[in-house]
Amino acid sequence: MSQTITYKQAITMAMADAMEEDERVLLFGEDVAVAGGAFKLSEGLLERFGPRRVRDTPISEQAIIGTAIGSALSGLRPIAEIMFADFAGVCFDGIANEMAKYRYMTGGQVTMPATIRLGNGAGTGFAAQHSQAVENWFLNVPGLKIVVPGTPADAYGLLRSAIRDPDPVLFFEHKHLFGTKGEVEDAPALVEIGRAEVVRPGTDVTLVATQLMRLRAVAAAEALSAEGISVEVIDPRSLVPLDVATIGESLDRTNHLVVAQESSHDGSWGATLVARLMATHFESLDSPPLLVGGDDTPIPYAGPLEELWIPSVDRIADGVRRTLAYGHPA
Amino acid sequence: MSTKPPATGVAADIPLEEQLDWLRSMQEIRFFEEECHRLFARGLVRGSTHLAQGQEAVNVGACRALRVTDTMACTYRGHAAVLAKGAPLDRAFGEILGKAEGLCGGKGGSMHLTDMSVGAIGSFAIIGAHLPIVLGTALTEQYEGRDGVSLCFFGDGSTNIGAFHEALNMASIWKLPVVYVCENNLYGEYSPLATTTPIERLADRAASYGMPGVTIDGNDIGVVHETIASAVARARAGEGPTLVEALTYRHKGHSRSDPAAYRPEGELEAWMERDPIVLHERALIEAGVEQSRCEAIRTQAEADVTAALERAMSWAEPSPESRLEHVFA
Ligand SMILES: Cc1ncc(C[n+]2csc(CCOP(=O)(O)OP(=O)(O)O)c2C)c(N)n1
Ligand SMILES: [Mg+2]
Repeated sequence: MSQTITYKQAITMAMADAMEEDERVLLFGEDVAVAGGAFKLSEGLLERFGPRRVRDTPISEQAIIGTAIGSALSGLRPIAEIMFADFAGVCFDGIANEMAKYRYMTGGQVTMPATIRLGNGAGTGFAAQHSQAVENWFLNVPGLKIVVPGTPADAYGLLRSAIRDPDPVLFFEHKHLFGTKGEVEDAPALVEIGRAEVVRPGTDVTLVATQLMRLRAVAAAEALSAEGISVEVIDPRSLVPLDVATIGESLDRTNHLVVAQESSHDGSWGATLVARLMATHFESLDSPPLLVGGDDTPIPYAGPLEELWIPSVDRIADGVRRTLAYGHPA
Repeated sequence: MSTKPPATGVAADIPLEEQLDWLRSMQEIRFFEEECHRLFARGLVRGSTHLAQGQEAVNVGACRALRVTDTMACTYRGHAAVLAKGAPLDRAFGEILGKAEGLCGGKGGSMHLTDMSVGAIGSFAIIGAHLPIVLGTALTEQYEGRDGVSLCFFGDGSTNIGAFHEALNMASIWKLPVVYVCENNLYGEYSPLATTTPIERLADRAASYGMPGVTIDGNDIGVVHETIASAVARARAGEGPTLVEALTYRHKGHSRSDPAAYRPEGELEAWMERDPIVLHERALIEAGVEQSRCEAIRTQAEADVTAALERAMSWAEPSPESRLEHVFA
């Protein structure tokens, strides 16, 4: 039997199931316990698992990350919530210098099974400091796994996998997707970290997107199919490890690559993906790869301006058209 | 807790044999650090190295108040603390020399000595980074219903970084079994404490976290041991964290390249008079230990350090493939 749940419910359910499965799993963060989370993602968990396992912290992101590190290396499986991913800025050292490098710098003496959940992304009018695609900040830090679910099923399955994972996982929850619905099994499946999903098979162009952009990429693909263009949409689902093989295999068939991302260009995952595929699949390309992304500006507040910043279905579809028109001027 | 009476250098309630072992440990650390100094001069230590001669009583006195299963985190000036917690001399040298058999397989170096097998969970070179991390190790003990304690060493300068505030506040609000030990050696790098910090007694900061704060003579190993033991007992009993400020002095500069020219004339000499090893030895002799016994300990410590260094020098370099290991489990 399957059921329809929201992205938000998937996250709550994943945490509850993980806590049910493993006594070592605990959750802490700002307002996650009594209030059930700023986004209500941990609603009911305090009542169900008690104050030992579901804990409110002071407004202290460095302390939250430090607690995750120390408890993970000493045998627990902490889930730490950073309310808005953008707050990673005030605990960047803990994530990038300590958590990511601990195992390496000690020559493998520790494992670090910590999961950090971060509220990510734009589209909800929170302006420039509460809307960023923060996963991009951590791409250049070896030692972190980076997970970016786009559907309720992936949010559930990847969060369960993240909590079981022996390595530190940054789990980015897209705020604009909390209310989106999807099908999951009654006992939903785990999703392996590092496996891309071919969301929609196609033959003319490979379109890669995550989170909110995945939804818009699918909508763009549907619009384009009416024009006779067959788009293969792929969601990597995790950026580290990145399933380049699945995307490369698609590219070998379609010979065209478009990436839709909720980020400006430099230092982004899309730019990294393009660079890697250029190096390994150059011969497969019939057109230059195209990145459809945000402007090189902070994310503006006003609705119409934010809408212009975030790639729309139309902009993504137009990117696909331009890519396919390469070498065939109208 | 209150400030202890003037230095005595021995602990009344600890068997002398045990205190002789403290002497051995301090002597080993002193010889170890002196060898590191020489190795650096010979170009065998990469990067930088931060030595702790003069501060041994804080590290040894505190670590001897812990069980091996208790955890300890320290700074880049951490050779002494990691050895005091029980790491082997040869593998510590091996790490500093970048050898395969070094404590961290040559991936950490002088600033990052770690030996999980003895509870030395890390040496941290980003100021303040470990103060929040010990919240987690302490939480594990509390969570599992065990009575282990986490001890955290850091410098006077480290009390001015934000992580100090977040960590002490949360340790207190969660009543975590942590003992925060500030090694106040009067300088943060080249800056005297008074130029960076508007109060003189760093232990006073404990008041704003609702935890006990105590200032002690960090060169008197008996006082250090007794103070830490009572803070540890408090933590084990579930009564929460303590901040201990141990007054001490580093005999050398901040790091290998620092001649410490900023010190006022006579300051080093005055502190050398209060060398913790000399104080402890003198007190042991006053308590009835034969001087020859202390001398034998010193000679043995020197020989053990020399032999450990020889072993470490003979070890292989890490294999090229090892650089790719341990990124993920
Ligand atoms: C975040 C950060 N800022 C600056 C430094 C550079 N630094 C290394 S040691 C040090 C002085 C620290 O002084 P203190 O805490 O008193 O420790 P001590 O060296 O005296 O043992 C500084 C500023 C650093 N490592 N990390
Ligand atoms: Mg200092």
